[in-house]
Formats: sequence, structure tokens, C-alpha cells
Amino acid sequence: MPDAIEARDLTKVFGHTTAVDRVSFSVRQGEIFGFLGPNGAGKTTTTRMLTGVIPPDGGTATVLGYDMRTDPVQAKQRFGVVPETANAYTDLTAWQNLMLMGELYGLGRAHAAERASELLGVLGLLERKDQKVQAYSKGMKQRLILAMALLHEPELLFLDEPTSGLDVQSTHLILDLLRTLNQAGTTIFLTTHNMEEANRLCDRVGIIRAGQLVALDAPERLKAAIDRFHRIEVSFDREVSAGGLAALEVVHTIAREGDKWLMTVEDTDAAIQALAALAREHGAAIVALNTLAPSLDEAFLRLTGEGTS
Amino acid sequence: MNPAGLLEQVRRAWAIAKKDIRIYYLKGPVLIFGVFMPVFLFLAFLMGSRQLPLAFLVSGLIGMTLFFTATAVSPAIFPWEGSAKTLERLASCPVTVETIVFGDMIASVLFGIGITAVTIAIGLALGLPLLHGVTLAAAVLLAAVCFSAIGMLLAVPPTNVPSNIMMLSSLIKFPLVFISGIFVPLEQLPTWGLALAVCSPLTYFADLVRYAFTGVSYFPVGIDLGALAVFTLAFTAVTMVLHRRTMSRRM
Ligand SMILES: Nc1ncnc2c1ncn2[C@@H]1O[C@H](COP(=O)(O)OP(=O)(O)OP(=O)(O)O)[C@@H](O)[C@H]1O
Ligand SMILES: [Mg+2]
Repeated sequence: MPDAIEARDLTKVFGHTTAVDRVSFSVRQGEIFGFLGPNGAGKTTTTRMLTGVIPPDGGTATVLGYDMRTDPVQAKQRFGVVPETANAYTDLTAWQNLMLMGELYGLGRAHAAERASELLGVLGLLERKDQKVQAYSKGMKQRLILAMALLHEPELLFLDEPTSGLDVQSTHLILDLLRTLNQAGTTIFLTTHNMEEANRLCDRVGIIRAGQLVALDAPERLKAAIDRFHRIEVSFDREVSAGGLAALEVVHTIAREGDKWLMTVEDTDAAIQALAALAREHGAAIVALNTLAPSLDEAFLRLTGEGTS
Repeated sequence: MNPAGLLEQVRRAWAIAKKDIRIYYLKGPVLIFGVFMPVFLFLAFLMGSRQLPLAFLVSGLIGMTLFFTATAVSPAIFPWEGSAKTLERLASCPVTVETIVFGDMIASVLFGIGITAVTIAIGLALGLPLLHGVTLAAAVLLAAVCFSAIGMLLAVPPTNVPSNIMMLSSLIKFPLVFISGIFVPLEQLPTWGLALAVCSPLTYFADLVRYAFTGVSYFPVGIDLGALAVFTLAFTAVTMVLHRRTMSRRM
């Protein structure tokens, strides 16, 4: 079976910034592929090149077997896109937006209407279908965009941060739908900077930083890397020497931030025990102690081998 | 079904045109502008005219109405849609850049023809005899496509600020009207004026309208139609080529 997406040396330059720098990867048919990266890493730019919205300055994108440079229409006919910014026509109603999509994808009117009702029902928008999109909330707009992307039953779906800024309920609704679609065979390409989401949803993830693909793996390995890496924030009621803290065996790195110490540790429990012991030793009381979930950046550092210092 | 086939793309262009009409043209202010503009132009014309025959006035008026209505809204559609990001939606749909441009052209053709019909009705109500209806219809259709292409050509600079484009298009549209033999009959133009006039498609259209109402024209009808057709093809081709180049810079 050919790959659903094949990116080879994709490159995009804006002025002096190389937004995407020779990125190569492939997405297999039927998988959920997560594309992770911090803000400005080049996720949206890559997605736009793959979906034929902007041309690459270098490299090739082959989607569903079509070269995006020579046969973009054929490929677009068979994939759906949920872009970074919701872009339904706000002067049209949800229903009119969906019917427009139906015509742009060449669906018959009756078929389009049937699909539209079905999707609006699943996404909880059926009662508001004749209201102008102007009056929609962010979450409603995002659900409508998803319906618009799915109307023509695409075999591949691109989503650029589909849940960013949404509440738990909308997020769940969307992620559940993605899972259902995937089980029915839809290949999914999803960008996010939410580790949690990627972990729960994706078969494989690619990590991009500053335009370069720095890791490409199953989330289990990613997860393993993160699980080895926690942060603890602690502050004492009196001065405790940095040397004493750094000498603790469980502590990886340590930094001072105001009256707080920020440290990364592998074993949270051992670290807390050690901190408590250290405090007792110095006759200091612990004023605050927080354990923080590992950040995306730490995962990056870990995965790319730059965080070993 | 071949989604990239010509027929299929034309159908999708029609969907884009319907969307444009619904969103951009069937708006109170746009319609009022469209209907009142010919009326006011006509009044201004009547007051300023120096004993020019009614047929000449009306043919100029029809020329201006079609020109201004067909180029009124279309230059701003790309900037609007670029900043609203809906253009990115269209770009990710299975339609070519040419299809999007063509769809916008269809909408402005229909708007131009609709409003121009009002102007023609005024002319007829004032007692002008319509001698060559078929020629008039052909001329209006051809010129509407031609002016729509000009409207889209004005939208080529890839800015997403509509007012920039509107300013630029006024700078080009008004001089074009002045050189088109609308305010002074072609017969009375000096040589340099005529040299300018032949460069404007509006000249040929106004000449054709004059022919339709009086049976007299400055250029032979065949030349008028031919010139209009050449302008139409050239502007359409150029606007498509340029938009294909600049489209991605709007995203
Ligand atoms: N149209 C553009 N013109 C100029 N620079 C751009 C353009 N689009 C993106 N960039 C630059 O390219 C880089 C990558 O941007 P991109 O939007 O792809 O990042 P991203 O990973 O999607 O970030 P985010 O998580 O914030 O959405 C950034 O430095 C951005 O400033
Ligand atoms: Mg982005």
C-alpha cells in the first residue's frame, strides 16, 4: 500500500527565516500521525505545503499518490482540511457553508444535504444550522469547520491544532470523532503542541523544531522519555545552599527563579523525600512544593539529546 | 467524474459565483450603489451636456454603468477573503486558481449586466429606439466579461487590505473612463485623444451601444466587436496567469 503522505525535503523560506527546512517523513495509510512542535516551529507552514495552499520552495509533497505540484486538484478531492484558523464564511449560515462545500467537491445536492444533516447531528450543531456563522462561538465554529472538512468523506484528514482554545467538552467531542473516523479507515494528520493529546491519539509522531524535524517515533518512546523527566518547584523559609541541593543524587538540573528552586528529576518520590530530608538537616521549612508535568520543550531536549547537560 | 476536468471546474466556479453574489453583491449598500449610480451619473450628464444628442449621452451612460458596476466589488473580494482566511479554504478545495478567479468574474458579470439593464431601461423609457437588440446584447455580455477581467486584474497586487486595492483601482478606473470617448464623441477627439481612446475597451463598447440605438458608429461594428473580444481574451488570460503567481502570497 502506498503511503498516504510523503514529504521529501520540504522547504519554505519567508524572507530571512527558513520556516521549514528540508523536512522529510511519510504517513502510512490508516494511521494517526501527530506533528508536534512549539509555536513558530513550522507546523502550519508544513501543513499548508502538504495541502497545496502554498507551494514549497524546495522538495516535494506526494499526497494520496498525487504530486501536489502537478495534480493538486485530484489530491484535494480526496482529502479534507481543518486549518489553523476557522475559515467558514461568517456571512453564510452553517448549512449554506456546507452546501457550498458540497458544490466545491462536486457532490450531488441530495447527497450533500444528507451528509450535512448527519455531521451537524454528530457535532451537535443541527439546531443552529440556519444561523449565520458570525453568531457562532469558537467551539461551534471549529466543529462546523470539521463538518465542512468531512462532508465529502475524505480518506485523509489534515487538522492544524483542531482543539486549541476549546473547552473540555468540545475537545472530547472532536477527539472522539477523530478516533471513530480512524477506526473506519481515515488517515489522520494532526498538528498540535499538546503532548497529552498526541500521546493519547497518535500512532506515530514527528517533532519539528525551528523548521527541522528532530524526532520521528511512536509516542510510547516519547512518553518513556517524558516519564523519566519531571520538574519540581520548591521554596524554603530560609536560605538553603545551591550546592546542597545540587548534591542530591536524584536532581538532574537545578535553577533559581526568584525565591524558588526549579529542578528536574527522574524520580519524583525520591526527590521529595530527599528534599524533605535536606530541609530538616538545614532546619528550614518547606514553604511550597509543586510537581510539574514535563513540558514539551523538555521532551524535545530529551528526545534530541540536547538536554543531557 | 474527473474533478480537474473543465466542465467540473466550471460548475465549481458557478458555486463560487453564487457564494459571491450572496455575500458581496446582495447587500443593501452595494445594491443601492448599483442602482443609484446610473441615475446620478445620468443627471450629472444631462446638466453638464452641451447639446449632445440623447443617444450619445445614453450610450456613454450605459458604458460607464457597466464599467463601474462590473469593476466595483470584484477587486476587493480577494483582499477580503484573504484577511478572513476564507481564501485559504478555497485554496484547499479541489478547485484551481483559475476556477476561483472565473467564479468571481461570473458574479461581477451578472451584477454588471443586472444594473446595466436598469440603465438601458431608463434609455428606452426616455424614448430611445432600440435598433439593434442582438448587437447590444452581445456587446453587453462581451464587455461585462471584459470589465470583470479588468476588475480581477486590479485585484492582482497581493495585499489583504481592501482599501489599498480600492484606492489603486480608482486611480486606474477613472482615467480609463476619460479616455474612452464617453464625454466627447470620438469624431470630435484630436488625434492624440483618439490614439488614447483606441487603447480602452470601453471605447468600443460605447461605440457599439451608440450603434444599437442610432444605427451609427465611429468604427465598423465588426471592428468594435473584434477589439472588445481581443481585449476580453487578453485581460482574462493575463489576470489568470498573474493570480496563479500571486495567490499563495495572500495566504
Ligand atoms: N506568511 C508568512 N510570512 C512570513 N513568515 C511566516 C509566514 N507564515 C509563517 N511564517 C514564519 O514561519 C515560521 C513558522 O510558522 P508556522 O506558522 O508554520 O509555525 P507553527 O508551528 O504553526 O506555530 P504555531 O504553533 O504558533 O501555530 C514562523 O517563524 C513564522 O513567523
Ligand atoms: Mg500553526
